[in-house]
Parts: sequence; C-alpha cells; structure tokens
Amino acid sequence: MTTVSEVQVEAEIEDLSKRSSVLDAVITMLRKQPLASFGAAIVLAMIFMAVFADILTSIDPEENNLEFMLEAPGEAFFLGTDQFGRDLLTRIIYGARTALFVGFTCAIIGSTLGLVLGVASAYFGGLFDLIIQRVVDVIMAFPLIILALAVVATLGPGVENVIIAITIPFVPQCARVVRSNALAIREIPYVDAARALGFSHMRIILRHMVPNVMAPFLIMLTSFLGQAILLEASLSYLGMGVQEPTAAWGLMLQGGAEEYAESAPWVAIWPGVAISLAVFGFNLFGDGVRDTLDPKLRSQ
Amino acid sequence: MKNTYSKFAVSLAVGAGLALGASAANAETPKSGGVLEFVVPGKAPSYDGHIETTYAMVHRVRPFYSLLIRVNPDNPSDPSDFVCDLCDGSVPEPTEGGTKYTFKLLPGVKFHDGTDLTSEDVKATYDKIIFPPEGVASARKSFFKAVESVTAPDESTVIFKLKFPTGSFIPALATPFNFVYSKDDLDAHGYTWHKSNINGSGAYKFVQHQKGAFLEGVKNPDYHHAGKPYLDGFKAITSAKMALSIQAIRGNRAAAEFRGFPPKARDDLVKALGKKITVQESDWNCVLLATPNHKIKPFDDTRVRQALTLGLDRWSGSKYLSRIAIVKTVGGVVFPSHGLAATKEELVKLKGYGTDIKAARAEANALLKEAGVPGLEFTLHNRGVDQPYKVVGTWMIDQWKKTGMEVKQQVNPTPVFYDVLRKKKTFDVSLDFNCQSVINPIADITKFLGSAGNNYGSYEDKVLEDSYNKILQSGDVAEQRRLIREYETRALSDEARMMISLWWYKINPHRSYMKGWKIAPSHYLNQHLDNVWLDL
Repeated sequence: MTTVSEVQVEAEIEDLSKRSSVLDAVITMLRKQPLASFGAAIVLAMIFMAVFADILTSIDPEENNLEFMLEAPGEAFFLGTDQFGRDLLTRIIYGARTALFVGFTCAIIGSTLGLVLGVASAYFGGLFDLIIQRVVDVIMAFPLIILALAVVATLGPGVENVIIAITIPFVPQCARVVRSNALAIREIPYVDAARALGFSHMRIILRHMVPNVMAPFLIMLTSFLGQAILLEASLSYLGMGVQEPTAAWGLMLQGGAEEYAESAPWVAIWPGVAISLAVFGFNLFGDGVRDTLDPKLRSQ
Repeated sequence: MKNTYSKFAVSLAVGAGLALGASAANAETPKSGGVLEFVVPGKAPSYDGHIETTYAMVHRVRPFYSLLIRVNPDNPSDPSDFVCDLCDGSVPEPTEGGTKYTFKLLPGVKFHDGTDLTSEDVKATYDKIIFPPEGVASARKSFFKAVESVTAPDESTVIFKLKFPTGSFIPALATPFNFVYSKDDLDAHGYTWHKSNINGSGAYKFVQHQKGAFLEGVKNPDYHHAGKPYLDGFKAITSAKMALSIQAIRGNRAAAEFRGFPPKARDDLVKALGKKITVQESDWNCVLLATPNHKIKPFDDTRVRQALTLGLDRWSGSKYLSRIAIVKTVGGVVFPSHGLAATKEELVKLKGYGTDIKAARAEANALLKEAGVPGLEFTLHNRGVDQPYKVVGTWMIDQWKKTGMEVKQQVNPTPVFYDVLRKKKTFDVSLDFNCQSVINPIADITKFLGSAGNNYGSYEDKVLEDSYNKILQSGDVAEQRRLIREYETRALSDEARMMISLWWYKINPHRSYMKGWKIAPSHYLNQHLDNVWLDL
C-alpha cells in the first residue's frame, strides 16, 4: 500500500519527466531543424498577436486621429502612423488577425476539398478520375493570382469573396498531389482486403486511405498558409481584397506605398515587413513539416 | 462677355494667386515648335464630346475641335469671362428681352477635311445636343432647357431663341464638350460616327491613337486663331496609375497631367525638381457627396438622413483631408467661390455644417433613436478610385463610427460602381459626385433634383422641383440667390436628400518649360492647347 506522500512524489517525478521530454523535443527540434523552429516561432508569434490583439493594444485600429497623421516612428507611435493618423503597430497587430483568418480558412478548406477529391479520384479511377483530372488540368493552367483575380472580379471585393477566390485554386493543387499518393496506396493488398470484407467505399476511403495520405496533405496545407497570406495581401493591394477601414497588411500597402514612399516610407515598410515575415515563417515551418513527415527526406 | 452674374464675377482668388508662373507666361513671348507630351490617367470611352462626360476624353480630343464660344483662355478662373471661338468679335448680348442670341461666325474656318465650316454646321451640332432624335444620347441636353430653337438664316449667322431669359444659357454654350461637328459628316455617317472618328476644326489634326498607349495630334496650319497653335503637336500618353504619372513628370517623359495630383505628390515633385516644376492650384467645380438610397429602409426616413449629415465634421475634415486628398473647401450646393454660393454664416445654419460637432453628433444620435435605429448599420458603396473617393470614403466611415453608427465599405471598379448606381440600385448609401465644367450654378445644382438624370437617390421631391423652377425663371440675381438658399436648405438640411462632404481642390504641378496653360476651376476646361508653348 502506498501513502499519500508517495503518490505525490510519483506524480511529481512523472510531471518532471513529461516536462523534460517536451523540453527535449524542443531542444531536439531546435538542433535538428533550426530554420523550421524559427518559422514556427514566427507562426506562433502571429497567432499570439491575432488572438490577443485586444490585450496587446488598447487603440482602435480603425479610428482616425487626423491630428497625428503621418507621424514618424517614435515614442508616441512605435511604428509611426498612416495618412489617417492610425497607429501602424496596432494595425499590424490586427492585420495578423485578418491574414491568419483568411490564410487558415483558405488553406484548410482548399486542402480538405483537395484531399477528398484527390483520394476519391484515385480510388474510383476510370471515367470519374479522367473527368476530375481534366478539370484539375484546366484550373491549374491558370497562374494562381490570375485565377484569384478573375474570381474576385466576378464576385466583387470583400473578405468572403477573397476567401473563395483563394480557395478555388488551392483545391486542384492539393487534389493532384494527394491523388498521386493515393494511387500507390490503392494498389496495396490491404485495400483489396478491405473491399473483400465488404466495406463501403466511404469506409475504405476515410479509414484506410485518407490516414495514409496525411503526410502530403499536411505539407500542402502548411505551404498553402503562406501562399494564402500572400494572395490576400496581393488582392488587397490591388484594391480587390479586404476593404478599408479593416486592418489588413496588403491594404495598408495599397493606401500608402505609392503616395508616401518618399515622405513617409514607414507607411509602406512595416506592412511589407509583416507580409514578408509571415510568408517566410510559414514557408520555413512548412519545409520543416515536410522534412519530418517525408520518410525519404528523413532518412537522408 | 459679362453675363448677369458679372457683379459676382469674383476671380477665383486661390487659383489666380497660386497660379505660379502664369504672370510670367504673360510677360514672355511665346515660342513656336516642339511637341507637348502629357499623361492622361483614364481611358476615353469614345471621341464623341456630345455623349461623354469624362476628362479622359476631353484631355485627348478637345484639341481637335472648336466651340462656338469658350471660357477666356487667359482668364479661365473667372466664371463669367467668355470669348468667341468660332464666332466673330465678342460674345453677343441678348436681344428681345434676353430671349434671342445672334452669333456671327468667323469667315474662312475649315474642317480638317478641307470643307468649310458654316452656320449650318453649328445648327446641326446644337440640334444634335439640344434636340437629339429619339434614341440618340446627349449628355447635356438638360443644360439647354430654355432653348426654343436654333436657326441659321445665312451662311455666317446662327440664332438661338430662348423660351425665357436665363443667365445659364451662355455658360452652357461654353461647355467644352460642345464640339462643333460637320453637318456633312452627320448627314453622311449618322449620329454615332463621331464616337470613333474625328473631323474637327481645332488647333490640332488627328494623327493616330494607339489605344492604351498614346494619342497623337499635329499642328493645324489652317487654324482660325492667327499665329496659333504654338506647338508642332501633342502626345497624350495613357497612364493608368497615378504613381506612373508622377514618375513620368519627374523623369521628364511628360510635361504635365491636367486632372490633378494630391498635395503629397505636389510636395514630392517640388522637392525633387525645384524650379523645374511649376504648381498651379485652384478651387475645383467638383464636389463629393453621399447619396442615400431613399428606396431602402431606413434611408427613406428624413431623421436618418439628417443623422448622416450631422455626423460629418466638415470643418475639421477640410483642415486635415486637404493635406492628403484633392478635397478642401466646405460648401453648399453652389461652387464655393461663386457669388451665388452660401457664405460661412449661411452654411452653419444647415444641419451638419455647425462648428460644434459634439452637439451635432448628440442630435444625430437622438434622431436615430427617434427613428428606431440607434447604432445604425449600413454599407457605404464606393468607387475604386483612390483620389478622392477612397480617401474621403474612409474618412466618412470614421466620422459615422464616431457618431455611433456601424459602417462597412463596398468598393467597386468604376463600371460596376455605375452599374450599381444606375441599374441595380442595391446600395444603402453611395459616394457620388457632381463635377461640372463651366461654373454655371443654375445648371450645376440640378444634381440635387430627384428627376435629374445623374441623381441616384430614387426620390421625388415636388417642393424641390418647384423651388428649382423658380430659380430657373428668376432674372434677378439677388432673388436667385435667395431662392438658391431655400433650395439648398431643403436639399441638404430639411430633407437631407444628399450629404455634401467637401469640394475638390485642383493641384497641377507641371514642368516649368510648359508655358501658356492656365489652371481653370475644372479639369474639363482650357484643354484646347492652342495657347500652350514650350520654353525649351
């Protein structure tokens, strides 16, 4: 029989070992994948800014303070102000919320739809596969930004339409990659065994094929995050994305880059830095995920 | 000619005062030769002045055509100084109680195809503008409501007979869109030929137009103003982005852009080019408005519309927005520098024009509560053009938010913007504008009438229509002024049919070697280029 104090000691030891294993994992990751760790840190910082924007700054990102228009970075305004006197630091922080919202929504919806289509296309094959792949060919023939521009031009600007415009080109990209992996899995005997056991198509796809294409799926998902942020910024910069007065990095560039490039360069510099860092961070993180999940790369 | 507004013919002090280099140009002897290169930011839908309303057409095409009369090129800031272009001598005074104007034409004027320009051509032109056949568009038909007939009793005489005397006739006649076309062209090719063909009698002859790139004109040696034009030709370069236009002037690939730049662009160019750049500035006969859609609730409620106008701090907006946008002046329905415009004392009596913004916003909140829509939520429909639409739109949204309203913005490219305004009519409140050429308050203020072709508010206001008809038929300037105040009070305050934001302010930095061009209070005016020369 154990006493209370013995139970407490055992729990503490277990806790310590857990903590040391998490710490070990972080140290291992830092040592083995320093760039991915740097990327992950940027991603985490962005998520932190987006979630706790209200706590990080008490300033309204949309409120004009015209008496402080185009103030240079300094004590009062750490990153300066824009032409409407809005604090740039606050708008950068809130801009992370817009970027992540659009980025995650597009990446998750786009890659999930691509996953379903890709696996289904590989599993069913035949005419279904042929039709799906030709449609994918057509959509993939257009450069990403051109397709997104065409969709926004048709639907009109606005956050919802930007999400649709960015998501559509992601679907075939993910479907194509997932299909190639799923084709290989389809030929493995356990899929035949599942069929022989009389499992439904849905069960075979969801239970036996999808889990085995998660690696390429996750790699596509993380790479889409950076692309989506860049696309949203591009569309907003072109005036076809998020609309004023919403805080969004591309929109901040659009409002100030041309007109104030010489007299107030900070108006364009900070959102530019934010976009670059975010894309850089997601790409590094995505590379890390790929290196971890791809067995061929892992063995090298 | 000095028309009935002559005693109000205030030279636009700002324009005249800031027209740097203008006086110098007067003192210098013009030199002949050279090709003027300038940038035009927009694209011209067609070459037909009678149907178009955009500066993008005027800047490119106006140099090819003549007008019957025009704004004095040496004094374009004066709203009552008109001179003959195709007519001989000075602009005629009316006879028969102000209802008959008889114009004698200059002899020997020829179209670019070599045919003679006669009174029949002028008559055919104005018949097309004033009395277009059914199905033929005419953008300024309503300017000539008072005209009963146009006749050409002989080869060199044109007579305009009016139904009643009106001071708005001569300014309407000088509108720079009233290109005089050849009757033979109209008879032979029909009323749509001028949309894609040019045969004028202006200072320059058409050479080529590479759409999306440039349009070229060459000097007309048979031009009817002796010794002009000074230039060998001009090249209007298409420049879609303002940044490109600025860099074109900075890099000396173009001498000017005639629409206007915001203050920051002016400052950057002056800083970079010093004396090589000359800046001319003027009040601008353009005003940015917000038009509520009266067919959509709750904007059919006067209290809601009044709350919208009460929420705008125009005086503070003028102070700050004039630093970043091409807007500046607080005003009512009439061009602010005109004698018929409201004074500040008169303006502050209107809702939304007071100097105590806290009190105004408290009143706005009370009105919204009373109307049952506290914290009103709506979408501002805007045009995808930075200056001044998007800048002022962002400012207005902030102003309304400070009043407790929740406002989103929907920005559309120009064709979609107009489609929503004119056809779909699905907007809550839209940014809108009233840009005119010759300062002609009696014609310009028709914008606020529900029946006007360019009014998108979807309302009928018989009181306002009656008020306007009284103004139109009033011959006495003091009486007109009093009636316009009544009209203005109803349109902007009592019914708050539209919310005026700020009047535009024109800033034209151009290369100092471009001489002779004088800024006018409109981007449509003084673009014939026959008095422009290069001091290279």
